[in-house]
Amino acid sequence: MNDSGSQGRGAEAQGQGGGLKTSLPVAEMLQGEGLWFHEQGPLQDAILSTRVRLARNLKGHRFPPRALAEELDRIMQRVSQGLAQVPEFAQTELYPMESLGALERQFLLERHLASHDLARDGRHRGLAFSADERAAVMVNEEDHLRIQVLRAGFQLDECYAQANRIDDSLEAQLEYAFFDDFGYLTACPTNVGTGMRASVLIHLPALVLTGKIKKVLAGVGQVGLAVRGFYGEGTDVLGNFFQISNQITLGEKESQTLLNLERVIHQVLDYEEKARDVLLKDAGDQVRDKVMRALGALGHAHMLSSEEVIGLASAVRFGVTLELSGCPRVRTLNEILLCAQPAHLQLMAGHEMSSRERNVQRARWIRERLAAKGC
Amino acid sequence: MKCQLCGHADAVIHIKEVRNDAVTELHLCEKCAREKGFHSMLDQGKASLASQFIWMAENLYPEGSAKLSGVQCSDCGLHYSEFMRTGRLGCASCYVDFGAQLKHLLRRVHGSVRHVGKAPGKDGHLYERRQRVQKLHEDLQRAIEREEYERAAALRDEIRALDATRADSPSAAPSPGEGGGGEDGEA
Ligand SMILES: [Zn+2]
Ligand SMILES: [Zn+2]
Repeated sequence: MNDSGSQGRGAEAQGQGGGLKTSLPVAEMLQGEGLWFHEQGPLQDAILSTRVRLARNLKGHRFPPRALAEELDRIMQRVSQGLAQVPEFAQTELYPMESLGALERQFLLERHLASHDLARDGRHRGLAFSADERAAVMVNEEDHLRIQVLRAGFQLDECYAQANRIDDSLEAQLEYAFFDDFGYLTACPTNVGTGMRASVLIHLPALVLTGKIKKVLAGVGQVGLAVRGFYGEGTDVLGNFFQISNQITLGEKESQTLLNLERVIHQVLDYEEKARDVLLKDAGDQVRDKVMRALGALGHAHMLSSEEVIGLASAVRFGVTLELSGCPRVRTLNEILLCAQPAHLQLMAGHEMSSRERNVQRARWIRERLAAKGC
Repeated sequence: MKCQLCGHADAVIHIKEVRNDAVTELHLCEKCAREKGFHSMLDQGKASLASQFIWMAENLYPEGSAKLSGVQCSDCGLHYSEFMRTGRLGCASCYVDFGAQLKHLLRRVHGSVRHVGKAPGKDGHLYERRQRVQKLHEDLQRAIEREEYERAAALRDEIRALDATRADSPSAAPSPGEGGGGEDGEA
């Protein structure tokens, strides 16, 4: 592994002054403890994570899709200075995305710190994130600023409170583009107003298994929320994970949007619970068998693909919900979902790998993880 | 339920619109939804609502769009037609120069054209006052239309009182009871 990775963020932060550093503390991040996905969150067996993102643009500058390179670089400089005053980012750097390799950018995407777009095209764009990786700011993505807070389990209010604080401290130094009638201006009018997108990643195995999911999701879609499923090769939902988020950003206060989302999530969880009762009554043994076989495969397979892991981790997670003995902790399952992804595996190994090599490496890593004490 | 466009496949995408108190519903199958640009609602990956937005712009307000397609932002020079293609605006002035058409679209997407949430703290109190004055003006307009002259007079007084305190300190103005009834009553 290159030695720049072992330098540690603390050391780098010494020589501040808006200087843009080029190396990501990958090794530290891979071994990191106390990260957001290590924490216990409310309703964590059903809800993987909660995210709140605020879109902001600076007054007097064109939005990134239409700004020239020099203007974008100036914005990077201004934001970099602004971030130094925000507690979450005072000890870290604003990493210029173009200084990172393809694998590192992919790693940040897998880590939920960078968006697809930011990982794909890094020119004149930057990313800063806090040591616990809860808080991140993307610079010059679709908007000048994308402030995000990510936490384990169901924590809408906590996420918003932190994002709001970061927003306040940035706003004290940077002037935002804001109109009374339209609110915070964004490049895409679907974000204008509060600029807030709150989303919850939820696990709904019983609704999928009982075939009730479509009806429930259609209902969710009718109350101003958006639902995304994760699909694999076919049309089957992958891992029974769904992302539910608000669509409305104009004409509704942040608190109201969060409350709506919270209510709907609780309702969906109620449906899931009812479906689970039905499922256990009608097919309890089959369900338990599925969970235990998945646990066996996760803990003993020689090769595992990414998609397979998502499916297996979902089944085992269902086992946790059903309180079946032998299932690992939710935290371990979260770690497996996050860290068994391609760029993670390759950076851990310190070299690029073919997909076959990755599948072997992935299976080995998960096997060791599950065999560890207190997993 | 069957798809409203092709009429034979099952509808999987349901869109409901409430505009001017009229509810319109659109039910589409997966194939038709894709063709109409609703693929973002079906696809994994970047769930961009932009394509949906563009579809609305083109299909629902063809007259307005045609008239505007040559219009250019006075600041960044973005053509409205380009916004239609990408779903992205270029700068703050785009919101002003394309304002009328944007409002149609925003009402459709968000059900509103007026922000009510957080405002930058530096002039947060001024923002609240402006919001309040704006609302009073709208209420006044409605009262006049409905020939509720007593209410209109009361509203006018309230606006005047707020205007008079403009130069004062930012102390939060006590919010007087908003004349009960009448507001949501009819229409
Ligand atoms: Zn159809
Ligand atoms: Zn413009």
